[in-house]
Amino acid sequence: MYPDHYRYTKEHEWVSLEGAIGTVGITFHAQKELGDIVYVDLPKSGAVVEKGKPFGSVESVKAVSDIYSPVSGEIVEVNQALIQSPEKLNEDPHGAAWLVKIRLSAQAETNNLLTSSDYQAYIGE
Amino acid sequence: MPGKTRNNISQNEPLLFEISHPGKRAYQLPELDVPLVDPGEALGAGNARQEIADFPEVSEIEAIRHFTRLSTWNYAIDLGLFPLGSCTMKYNPRINELVARTEGLAWAHPYQPEALAQGAMQVMTNLEAALAEITGMDAVTLEPAAGAHGELTGVLLIRALLETRGNPRKKVIIPDSAHGTNPATAAMAGYEVENLKSNAKGMMDLEALSRVADENTAALMITNPNTIGIFEEEIVKVCQLMHSRGGLVYMDGANMNALVGIARPGDFGIDVMHLNLHKTFSTPHGGGGPGSGAVAVKKHLEPFLPVPRLKRTGEGLSFDYDRPQSIGKVRAYYGNFGVLIRALAYILAHGGPGLKQATLDALLNANYIRKGLEPFFDLPFKSPSMHECVFSDSRQARRGVKTMDIAKRLIDYGFHPYTVAFPLVVQGAMMIEPTETESRQELDLFIEAMSAIAKEIEEDPQFVLKAPHHTRTSRVDEVMAARRPVLRWRRQAPVSIAAD
Amino acid sequence: MLAAIGLESQDQLYAHLPKDVLLGRPLDLAPGVSEYEITAYFRELASRCAPGYASFLGAGVYAHYRPVLCDVVVSRGEFLTSYTPYQPEMAQGTLAAIFEFQTMVCQLTGMDVANASMYDGSTATPEVALMAARITKREKVLIARSVHPEYRTVLRTYSRYEGITIEEIAYDPATGQMDLADLDAKLDSDTAAVILQSPNFFGVLENWKQAAALAHGKGALLGYLFTEAVSLGIVDPPVDADIVAGELQSFAHPPSFGGPFAGIIATREKYMRQIPGRLAGQTVDSNGNRAFCLTLSTREQHIRREKATSNICTNQALIALMATVFMTVYGREGLRELAIQNLSKARYLANGLERRFSGSFFNEFVAKTGSSSPEKVNESLLENKIIGGLPLRRFYPELADCVLLCATEMIRREHMDRVHQAFQL
Repeated sequence: MYPDHYRYTKEHEWVSLEGAIGTVGITFHAQKELGDIVYVDLPKSGAVVEKGKPFGSVESVKAVSDIYSPVSGEIVEVNQALIQSPEKLNEDPHGAAWLVKIRLSAQAETNNLLTSSDYQAYIGE
Repeated sequence: MPGKTRNNISQNEPLLFEISHPGKRAYQLPELDVPLVDPGEALGAGNARQEIADFPEVSEIEAIRHFTRLSTWNYAIDLGLFPLGSCTMKYNPRINELVARTEGLAWAHPYQPEALAQGAMQVMTNLEAALAEITGMDAVTLEPAAGAHGELTGVLLIRALLETRGNPRKKVIIPDSAHGTNPATAAMAGYEVENLKSNAKGMMDLEALSRVADENTAALMITNPNTIGIFEEEIVKVCQLMHSRGGLVYMDGANMNALVGIARPGDFGIDVMHLNLHKTFSTPHGGGGPGSGAVAVKKHLEPFLPVPRLKRTGEGLSFDYDRPQSIGKVRAYYGNFGVLIRALAYILAHGGPGLKQATLDALLNANYIRKGLEPFFDLPFKSPSMHECVFSDSRQARRGVKTMDIAKRLIDYGFHPYTVAFPLVVQGAMMIEPTETESRQELDLFIEAMSAIAKEIEEDPQFVLKAPHHTRTSRVDEVMAARRPVLRWRRQAPVSIAAD
Repeated sequence: MLAAIGLESQDQLYAHLPKDVLLGRPLDLAPGVSEYEITAYFRELASRCAPGYASFLGAGVYAHYRPVLCDVVVSRGEFLTSYTPYQPEMAQGTLAAIFEFQTMVCQLTGMDVANASMYDGSTATPEVALMAARITKREKVLIARSVHPEYRTVLRTYSRYEGITIEEIAYDPATGQMDLADLDAKLDSDTAAVILQSPNFFGVLENWKQAAALAHGKGALLGYLFTEAVSLGIVDPPVDADIVAGELQSFAHPPSFGGPFAGIIATREKYMRQIPGRLAGQTVDSNGNRAFCLTLSTREQHIRREKATSNICTNQALIALMATVFMTVYGREGLRELAIQNLSKARYLANGLERRFSGSFFNEFVAKTGSSSPEKVNESLLENKIIGGLPLRRFYPELADCVLLCATEMIRREHMDRVHQAFQL
């Protein structure tokens, strides 16, 4: 369920690192808590994001959740398919429904993110 | 099924645009007694519109049938109990509707010469005086159009006062049980919000408050009784604490129906509060408005009230705009005057003793329901209830049935749901306020319905989860409405939607 | 019932309250009175408000005939005493009517999406400014001085703490329209919106097409306000505007000393999620039948709390319903005919008087009182049970010799002839 090579945050985001690019999404647990996702608000390519600060939000009918960036850097790609079909976040939150790809500005930051087993312990599963 | 409902035929009705037909008309204007002017000539050809495309055309009987059929799809106070917590869905007296339409008042223009507006101004000054007496405050403005509007006015008043003291300060403290308009309002007035957790009794935590209320705190916004329907027993100390730190206390008056004639916010230390005339004072909800959010203040806030203020001169009543410290205006003209007439009529009809009795009846009805439901649903906070009680769905949630599901099943029994999932401090909240205008019979039907549902959840939870079963529409897909918003009719309707 | 809950007297219901909060005395209010006395009480007050007088007052609040169906429909208990449609299965009537209302507002204004109404036109105005600030991420708003003075006051009261600065654009003293040269001079890359009203407070139609071009040229939005909804029956809908807001009182409610009214906000599809207030949307139920519900609620206060688009909770549902019935009764042809009648009456009135501004007008205009004065003219009219136009001195000191006159379909020729005579005195 929670891929071992991903890293996680306490705000229920995941990040997958390939060289200098981090792909960011929200976890299965997050989408389950939110319920049916109806809308995703994401910034544009080129936007600068800061670790720990919100850069967008995910909405269900009755709730809104800010998305906090697990890393700092610049957004290089946004998952446009989610704008049209936000329900994909409920279907495949760890795969096809990634949110943004970020070019990292500092490699070292990823160290204090949670591992898969830490995250599962954190959410009590 | 118990005795409140039985099957009935409900008529279908398309949208106006779907029954529209060119050439049909429901209006007739008088003959013009002056020369007809051509819009293209008068306004210039580029400035006149050719037509109002797709605007409906129906006959009078079609119009009446359309709206009448639509109305039969609604539940209303006139049909039965509306147990919504903190909404105070009491009976809307029809005498209010009659007097609001009295010609001289209904047709008075706000800019009519004052000598010809004395009657209307008298309505306002009489209502102000009555509300000041009821709340124990010194001055009242009737300008805000609704509760949230009154809240904004109140917080702006606080800010204006603190500015004259040299520092508007930065934050407003709001308990976690507060209505959503409270933090939204604070933000609009330029304040940060600091949330305060309630204590184990569901009340304000005086110690926690003492830790956070500092020289950066402009105000505390509270509701009393709070949204659990419980009187804040330390309210006097809370207000004293805030005042000692240089802050003020704003009270959300949504639950005033529990206090009229018994206790007055001005007496227990509140600086400013709003009233919901469409709650406590019986003006109709009308499907979502209009309301009126009168704001009552203590003397120290009076100079900042919106303009104009009513004053008495040698010739009678006059509007005073010469108020240099006023925050300005929160809306044009003077307030939702038609709603003010209704509220004043309500006060006149009840009088002092009647208003107090109404409060006592409201408390009685709420406690009667509480007693009746206690065997079936969890009551998280055991303090005495005032005008409303809040249960939790925790017992039923173990069977997979939540407060929203119970609410939807309640609809099949002929009742509008209670307030679902609010306040947030209660797990799976079920917030119930009957008001004083419900008879014992109606309350017994409600208790019967709720206990029947509790039994159904034990025996057949799936059936409850798929409720409502007997309404015109089954459960409405709110997810699709948000994912693919369709907010207006257009000539080409989406193919997948079945017509009525 | 007291016995059922284990109490002996009603005073025990509040005995648990701390002693120091109890009122401890009866309220100082007279005892309750009967229906008859209440009716007589208000009738007496109403008699002092010049009932039955003809009135030439407009200035943002208009006297139009209301079809009898308006009150008949809203008096149905299912509409009058129903609640906000948070439980759609029990409120399809209200929701369908709101959906129709939203549609008709779009059809009238040329916009793509409209909400379920605001408190009134004056409070919709700051919402336009806030919306434009959110969308453009800029902080300055330019508003024409020809916009209703009280609307501008409300805008200032609201924006003081929202980090928005307001600057006014002068009006052209010859035409009465917003001065486009002044607008051009004040527009810059920090302007979020240009807000104008048409017909404006002087009754003059604004050149919104050019204003929009100027605004868009600097990346600002155009906000178009209206106070006289009947004008939309014949004026070109402001399709170049980004946000349209205004007052529907003309369609819904008699003047009623200033309220309750119903404002609207309408905008383009792309700004849909920035619009404040309630929205009714179309969807289906679990059987595939068309149904309606409130939607996009995550913009609103009960979910977004301090990050909401606005703190507004109520919409003016009942008043919006009155407007929906009015618009239905008049319909596509009737609204046009009604507007033409208003236009014709006002032109007849204006032809006998000296207009202050040359700009084209709908049913209101500013007249000079010449050798007489606004006070003398109005005094003489009162003797004939006619309330004259609004003396403009209170809002525009430079127009101290002028009155703002409005002629709707309810004004008769003989009233207007009297006005002509009064001006000649």
